[in-house]
Amino acid sequence: MNERSKPPAQQAQMVESAATRTKKPNHKPAKLTREVQARLGQQLRAMYDQVVNQGVPERFAELINRIDAKEDKDRQP
Amino acid sequence: MPMDESVRKAVLAAVPSLRAFAISLCGNVDRADDLVQETLLRALANIESFQPGTNMSAWLFTILRNHFRSEYRKRRREVEDGEGRYAETLKSQPEQPGRVEFREFREALAQLPPDQREALILVGASGFSYEEAAHICGCAVGTIKSRVNRARTRLAELLSINSADEFGPDDQTRAVLAGGERP
Repeated sequence: MNERSKPPAQQAQMVESAATRTKKPNHKPAKLTREVQARLGQQLRAMYDQVVNQGVPERFAELINRIDAKEDKDRQP
Repeated sequence: MPMDESVRKAVLAAVPSLRAFAISLCGNVDRADDLVQETLLRALANIESFQPGTNMSAWLFTILRNHFRSEYRKRRREVEDGEGRYAETLKSQPEQPGRVEFREFREALAQLPPDQREALILVGASGFSYEEAAHICGCAVGTIKSRVNRARTRLAELLSINSADEFGPDDQTRAVLAGGERP
């Protein structure tokens, strides 16, 4: 968001701290920050919604309607 | 008994999410669609066992999940190699438009144990509550919570996300990945 507006020096510092962070010795199963969880969630939903947004493929709509029709026919005397 | 119009609508409405769940379970679109088809046939054949007023989505997800589990176990026995088959399926699939952007994420997801993967998807993507997810998977709510937590932690590790600013494939990562794929 406002990442771009940060002065270059500060950005460099961020990169550096990111690099040193991974070397931290106290590498216990860290509790993920809310931010990381949010990012993971976003990515997961984006991937999932890509399929959801394809809607109902014809074959399934047909399948459901066909069974419907068959049941209607069965009902007739 | 003819299918009630509201029931039919509820089944139709659940299909897109059911497909997304199926794809994330088996990692292969064609197999996922077969799984959805088998699920719908089973569900519609037993529609009278659906209790009106309860969650149709959850009911269909449960059927799909159980069906997938029994099929998966069968195939596992047949094929011997259970480990890494999901990842292999992903690799052997032709690249489809739109899949590329989530490739890294999908591959990381593929490395999670199936229990953790399904729990994370149900809660994190399908939008079920922990209670609903527990019901779908036939386990305790606490078990789902711990699976989701472990799945998130592992995903963050696999994707090397230690903080939000490190997230996402940057140009460097892309270059490395692209370079690694060339013969």
